[in-house]
Amino acid sequence: MDSIVQPAALSVPPLIAARGIGVKHAQHWLIRNVDLTVHPGEIVTLIGPNGSGKSTTVRTILGLIQHDAGTIERAPGLSVGYVPQKLSIDWTMPLTARRFMTLTGRHPNTAIDAALDEVGLTAFSDRDVQVLSGGEFQRLLLARAIIGRPDLLVLDEPVQGVDATGEIALYELIADLRHRLGCGVLLISHDLHIVMAATDTVVCLNGHVCCSGSPKAVAESPEYRTLFGSRAAEALAIYHHHHDHAHLPDGTVVESGDADDHAACTHPEHHHDHG
Amino acid sequence: MIMDEFLIRALLAGVGVAIIAGPLGCFIVWRRMAYFGDTMAHSALLGVALAVLMDVSITGSVFLIAALGALALIVLQRRAPLSSDALLGILSHSTLALGIVIVAMMTWLRIDLMAFLFGDILAVSWADIILIYGGGAVVLGILVMIWRPLLAGTVSVELAAAEGLHPERARITFMLLMAAVIAIAMKVVGILLITSLLIIPAATARRFARGPEMMALFAAVSGVVAVVAGLSGSLAFDTPSGPSIVCAAALIFLLSLIPTGLKRGPARVGNIR
Repeated sequence: MDSIVQPAALSVPPLIAARGIGVKHAQHWLIRNVDLTVHPGEIVTLIGPNGSGKSTTVRTILGLIQHDAGTIERAPGLSVGYVPQKLSIDWTMPLTARRFMTLTGRHPNTAIDAALDEVGLTAFSDRDVQVLSGGEFQRLLLARAIIGRPDLLVLDEPVQGVDATGEIALYELIADLRHRLGCGVLLISHDLHIVMAATDTVVCLNGHVCCSGSPKAVAESPEYRTLFGSRAAEALAIYHHHHDHAHLPDGTVVESGDADDHAACTHPEHHHDHG
Repeated sequence: MIMDEFLIRALLAGVGVAIIAGPLGCFIVWRRMAYFGDTMAHSALLGVALAVLMDVSITGSVFLIAALGALALIVLQRRAPLSSDALLGILSHSTLALGIVIVAMMTWLRIDLMAFLFGDILAVSWADIILIYGGGAVVLGILVMIWRPLLAGTVSVELAAAEGLHPERARITFMLLMAAVIAIAMKVVGILLITSLLIIPAATARRFARGPEMMALFAAVSGVVAVVAGLSGSLAFDTPSGPSIVCAAALIFLLSLIPTGLKRGPARVGNIR
């Protein structure tokens, strides 16, 4: 297992620290011996195949499921903004986007407008949530989760139903929020390509923690390659490369996916860690 | 003017019950608990029988039995291998049957079973009215207090719990409120029809409301209209009062479905995820 290196985050106490947690269901361990910490300003992404316990881990950390082993420490007074994986709102409940924003807490109108504007839903504020498209609803969920400026933002597959451009925009927003709000982010994602952009720490799960660390370290680890295959490792590397170039002052846009990029990405000097 | 006084009492009682039932009924509709409410109401007859048997307050006994029934259901739903639908069916009808059997066995007492099953609003006393308004104020006060966690938990239990609300606590409190409403409303519409006074006005309100709070308010208003219309109809046509109120509520609901042509079109029906 790779050690987790976060130069910026190590000095402050974690928002949440889970050590050796395990959840048992009918004599069967859903997850076992999972370690996970999230520091303020850090984005931790959970990846893993279907049924690897990503959602179980997140829900355990949120206290929605009892754990049968290990310890979970939360920073005192920790506030959480949560985007659940599934949410269906019965059509019998009249609920506008605006009213949905104050579902779990009171917020001034200006804050509601600002949060809706943040995700580009200003024009939708008086729409019923049931008539929003999948992508619009997903953005609304995110706006609702950030309106209270939580210490910890927990996102379970936040880009479901969002189209490709919207997806990138959403991840950019999440990364941006992390900087502006200074909140920690715990993210579950299937999408290896895009997520890694702003991720500080990747935790690769398959019932237990296979490997964890920076995206680069995880992509290079043999456990990861076994789990996802070498193509997935390239996906991580491509993204890393892409991200490096996004930092160039001249703003050159590099097309990912062509042969040159693949070659470039195999050079370790092209990578850098966040921090 | 004796006629007038019992009519005023009946109206006051009916209006009071409608005001309490409207907002609670919205949650029953949103949470799809209609059958659950029915089961709790049916268990009320067992409460009546036990109260008579042990010579205690009928209202208190009905509240207790309905509350115990609800808590038993919560526990059973977690453990039993049966679907909650089947569980509700078993509990609903067995408590109703048991209540009727116990009442029938007490041959030394004459209990007007019909009054309990279908209500006897014209026999409402001033003490009953004090109970309806006093108890109703408490019920609505508690509902206002648990409104946010209950509503958030109705949308998503996990979301509410993750963000530090206590949806489970709110849900159990809501069950107790329902038990209280059943105990309070029993005399007005009767055990078999209580859930209709909870559900029908709420369903009517859905069409016109733009938000959950507005729907709760409209449900109360629509329930009040149904009570006034139903009681008037009951007097005019000499029909039983409880069922007449429910018929009026159903009629108002049907009228609310008529498209006005001014709206954006027919209401959307279906689940959008």
